[in-house]
Amino acid sequence: MQDNETPGDTPRSGVATYVIEGVVAFAVLLLGIVVLQGSWKLGSRWTSDGPGSGYFPFYIGLILCIAGIGIFFQTVFGKNRNTEIFVDSEQLKRVLQVLVPAIVYVLVVQFVGLYVASAIYIAGFMILLGHYSPLKSILTAVIINVIFFLMFEVWFKVPLFKGSLDPLAFLGY
Amino acid sequence: MDEISALFHGFSVILTPMNMVLMLVGIVLGVLIGVLPGLGGANGVAILLPLTFTMSPTSAIIMLSCIYWGALFGGAITSILFNIPGEPWSVATTFDGYPMAQQGRAGQALTAAFTSSFIGAFVAVVMITFLAPLVAKFALKFGPPEYFAVYLLTFCSFVGMGKGSPFKILASMAIGFALAAVGMDTVTGQLRLTFGFPDLMRGFDFLIGVIGLFGIGEILLSMEEGLAFNGKSAKINPRVVLETWKTLPKYWITSIRSSLVGIWMGITPGGATPASFMSYGLAKKMSKDGAKFGTGQIEGVIAPETAAHAAGTSALLPMLALGIPGSPTAAVLLGGLLIWGLQPGPLLFVEQKDFVWGLIASMYLGNLVGLIVVLTTVPLFASILRIPFSIIAPVIVVICAIGAYTVHNAMLDIWFMLVFGVVGYLFKKLDYPLAPLVLALVLGDKAEDSFRQAMLVSQGELGILWSNPLVGTISTLAILLLLWPLISRLIARVRPPKRESFAEEQPVD
Repeated sequence: MQDNETPGDTPRSGVATYVIEGVVAFAVLLLGIVVLQGSWKLGSRWTSDGPGSGYFPFYIGLILCIAGIGIFFQTVFGKNRNTEIFVDSEQLKRVLQVLVPAIVYVLVVQFVGLYVASAIYIAGFMILLGHYSPLKSILTAVIINVIFFLMFEVWFKVPLFKGSLDPLAFLGY
Repeated sequence: MDEISALFHGFSVILTPMNMVLMLVGIVLGVLIGVLPGLGGANGVAILLPLTFTMSPTSAIIMLSCIYWGALFGGAITSILFNIPGEPWSVATTFDGYPMAQQGRAGQALTAAFTSSFIGAFVAVVMITFLAPLVAKFALKFGPPEYFAVYLLTFCSFVGMGKGSPFKILASMAIGFALAAVGMDTVTGQLRLTFGFPDLMRGFDFLIGVIGLFGIGEILLSMEEGLAFNGKSAKINPRVVLETWKTLPKYWITSIRSSLVGIWMGITPGGATPASFMSYGLAKKMSKDGAKFGTGQIEGVIAPETAAHAAGTSALLPMLALGIPGSPTAAVLLGGLLIWGLQPGPLLFVEQKDFVWGLIASMYLGNLVGLIVVLTTVPLFASILRIPFSIIAPVIVVICAIGAYTVHNAMLDIWFMLVFGVVGYLFKKLDYPLAPLVLALVLGDKAEDSFRQAMLVSQGELGILWSNPLVGTISTLAILLLLWPLISRLIARVRPPKRESFAEEQPVD
C-alpha cells in the first residue's frame, strides 16, 4: 500500500480505504448470493397457493448482488477512488483496545453473569487503560453495578443473566 | 373540533402523579443519553425499552417519548459546550453554537437552542394533533397494494433524497430486509435462512441491531478519534435566559421556516440530520447576516435546532397514523407498540383512543417539562462529560450489553450486538447509511406481508401497484424517487447545476 501525505509529521501507514470498500462490497455480494441460494431452496417461485416462502427474499438477494457489484465498481475502479488510509496503526490500536476487552467481557458474562462480569470489566478497563488506582477502580465498578442491580432486579423487576456459575445466587434473586 | 376535545381527554389520561414522575425520569435519562457519546436517541430508547415491559402502554410510551425529547435536547449541550455533536442532527448546531460559547456567550447559545428546540417540537406537535387523525382516517381505506406502495415510497425516498452512493443505500436497505427474513415465515410457517441453527429461528431483533450499530459502533468510532473533552463552562442564570428570550422574537421568520423544513423532512423519511443542515443552509442564504454565519450568530443556532426537533417530532406522524416510522427512533417506539400488544396503524386512532391522545398530550407536556429541566440542569449534565472516557466507555458497553440481553433474555443476542457493532463501525466509516437498514429490519415482515397479499390478489401481476389512481400515484412517486440519482444526473447533463453550498455536508441519516 502506498503511503499518503497527511498533514501530520509521522507518515500514516495502513490499508487504503478503497481496499476495505472493495472487501465490504464483496461481502455484500456474498451475502446476496447466500440469500439467493437460500430462498431458491425454499421455493422462490409461484406455488399452487400463492408466492412461496422464498419469493420476497429472492428479490432482496438480487438487490444485494446488484448493490454489491455496483459499490465494488464505484469504489475500486471509479474515478475518485478513496486512496486515503482507512485506519492507521494508532487508531486501530485504540479501536482494538475497546473491542478486544468487550469480546472478553461477553465471554466472561457467559460464565459469571452480567453483574460480576461488568464489575470486573469496568474495574479492569479503568486500571489498565485509565491508569486509576485499583482501589478507586474497584469501588467505582462495584457501586455502578450495585446501582444496576437495584434498578433492574429490585425496582423494575427485570432479571438479568446470572451466568452458568451464578456467583450471586446467595442474594436470592 | 373533535381533535381539541380528544386532546383534552388525552391530558386527563396522562395527568397522574405516577405519569408525571415517569415523564421527569424519562427526560433526565434522555438528556443523559443525548450527552453521552455512543448513546443516542435510537439505541437509548432501545436499551430502556425492556424497563417498560411491566408498565401500562400509556405510561410506557410517555416515558419512552420523554427519553426521546430529552435526547433531542441533550445533543445541543455537547455541541455548544464541547464542539462535539452528541447526535448527528446537532452537527449543524456546532457551527455557530461553539463559537458563541468561546466568546463567553454559552448561556445565550444554550437558551436559544433549547427554546428553539421547544418551538420546533411544539409546531410539529400541533401539526400532528390535527393532521394525524385525518391521515389515519384516509389510511383506513388502504388495502395491501396501497400499503406496499407506501412502504416502497418510504424506502425509495431514502435512495432519492439521501446523499452518497445510491448503491450503498440499496445495500444497507437490502441487508435489513434480508436479516428481517431470517426465522419463521409468518405466512407458511416455514423456517427461512436459518441454515440449521435453531437459535436463528427467532430471527434478528432490530433492537439488537440498533443497540449494536449505533451504540457499540459509535463507541468504536469515538475511541478511534481518541476523544478528549475540552469544554467551555456553562453558566445559565434566569437573567441570561430572560434576556435571550427577549431577542428571540426577532428571528420569527427563521423559526417558522425551520419548523416547516423540519416537518417536511420528518414526515418524509429524510430525518432530523438533513433537516438541520438544510435549515442552516437556508437561514444562511436568507438572513441579512448570512455572511457572518459560523462566527457565533444566534440565528445559526436557532435554525438547525428548530428544524431538528420539528423533524424528530414529525417522524412520529407516519408511525402513528400509518404504522410506518420516519426515523430509527420512531422505529424503536413502533417496536415498543408491538411488544405492548398494540397494532400500529390507522386503527390505533379508532381502537386505542386513550393511548394515542395520551401520547400526543404527553408530547406537549413532555417538551415543556424538558425545556424547564434542561434550562435548570445544564451545568450538571455538562459535568458528566468531564468524566474521563476510560470510565464512560466500559459503562456504555455494559449498558448496551444489558439492553441487548433484556430484549429476549438471550445470551446469543449479546454476541450479535458485538457483531452489529463492528458492522456499524465499518459502515459509518465507509458512509453506508444505517437508518435504511434499521427501518428495513423493522418493517421487513410487514412490507413482505403486504407484498404477498397484494400479489395473491393479482395472481402475481405487478400491475396491481397501478390498479387505481391512489396506489398508482404512490407507486409512480416511489419509482421516480428510486431513479432520482439517474434522473438528476441527466438533468445536470442538460443544464449545469447550481452550486449548493451545504450539499457536501449532508450525510444520510
